[in-house]
Amino acid sequence: MYIRHDDRHQVTLTLNGSERSAHAESRTQLCDFLRHQLGVTGTHVGCEHGVCGACTVIVDGRATRSCLMLAVQAEGRRVETVESLGEMEGLDDLQRAFRDHHALQCGFCTAGILMSCHEFLRRIPDPSEGEVRDMLSGHLCRCTGYTGIVQAVLAVARRRQNHREEEQ
Amino acid sequence: MKPAAFDYYRPRTRREAIEVLIEVGEDARIVAGGQSLMAVLNMRLSQPRALVDIAAIDELRYIERRDGYLAIGAATTQAELLEYDFLADDVPLLAESLPWVGHFQTRNRGTVCGSIAHADPSAELPLCLATLGGEVVLETRRGRTRRIAGGDFFQGILTTERRPDELITEVRFPLKQEHHIYRFQEVAMRHGDFAIVALAADIGEREIQFGVGGVADRPIVRCLSRDDDLAEALNVLAWSLDAQNDAHASAAYRRHLVREMGRRLLAGETTEEEAADVYPSR
Repeated sequence: MYIRHDDRHQVTLTLNGSERSAHAESRTQLCDFLRHQLGVTGTHVGCEHGVCGACTVIVDGRATRSCLMLAVQAEGRRVETVESLGEMEGLDDLQRAFRDHHALQCGFCTAGILMSCHEFLRRIPDPSEGEVRDMLSGHLCRCTGYTGIVQAVLAVARRRQNHREEEQ
Repeated sequence: MKPAAFDYYRPRTRREAIEVLIEVGEDARIVAGGQSLMAVLNMRLSQPRALVDIAAIDELRYIERRDGYLAIGAATTQAELLEYDFLADDVPLLAESLPWVGHFQTRNRGTVCGSIAHADPSAELPLCLATLGGEVVLETRRGRTRRIAGGDFFQGILTTERRPDELITEVRFPLKQEHHIYRFQEVAMRHGDFAIVALAADIGEREIQFGVGGVADRPIVRCLSRDDDLAEALNVLAWSLDAQNDAHASAAYRRHLVREMGRRLLAGETTEEEAADVYPSR
């Protein structure tokens, strides 16, 4: 594949389960492509150099900084954003736990943190507090002091664990 | 910020990638995971004419145990290496140090070779490569390859021996040697940030390969004898690194970390069992 610097390339990807397509320049970051071209503005853009974690989305099942990925690199991939959590009518259990444990205040960092937690809990369903804090080290939150976030993640992990045991 | 415009190439084979490098020359930057380079481009610290994306080259995505070393292809991510089942058996130093490389969100895309190609003086993977005496394999036109020892590959801050028409195809980490102990430790502002000081040690029966990252302009490895006065040797090493003051730490603190963290690392204040092995006379 070759894209000239001033060309616009048709990028097709699977966004939250549906196929979406739009044009992007070679230099367009995935976060801007999602927000400006595909209109999903839940993903926030913070530092734009991979430090703050606000723009974290899930690409092919792995949490990824969408400011450090080009839109053209997402061609053909599965992208999940915060819009994939919950439904129009209600929040999912992770989002509810964030509300219940005061895990957000201004909310700027929250979309990215939710996506990291989402992948993290899929991989490690029963994490220790240390593991949760280690995962959160990839995010900056200047409101909460992280304690509420840690509690929310641990509470969801426990609740999901209980559900699984009940089902068995 | 947003990156300046560039031509974008996504070759499917390494031969194709090398052809682009030859054609575009010094104005091309190679990107794999982009976890360092994209930040540099976003801040416009670098404005290359062309970006050569090697992440889609399937033949460069592998982890292979070969005769005496573990070969890691240029498209293999840090997360894939961390998930390699035999990492702690094959290259224990990598199993120790990889969790310190960035955050899990960046390890998901960042590559092993990319971190080595970027050559940040405080990065963990270059330090491990130099400490273990690994190799970088570079390929250029007509399949010609060069192998460069890890210690010689790093030439200074973000500077390596790679020539503009060469592609790093793999790095090779020597396999665990019998009766050797491998240790890693670092101090950073927050876990996953760049190290203020990172230390790696390959402790043999007589000698210790002792690597320091984050202080000099490249990873520095010294061979210490286990018969030496190690406190004195660490002090001499600490003063030899030309430590600098910066926003994160003073030169004196960096020297202190080399001495004190080094002492603990070599004394094995991690587990008693390992400590007994380092100092059998105790």
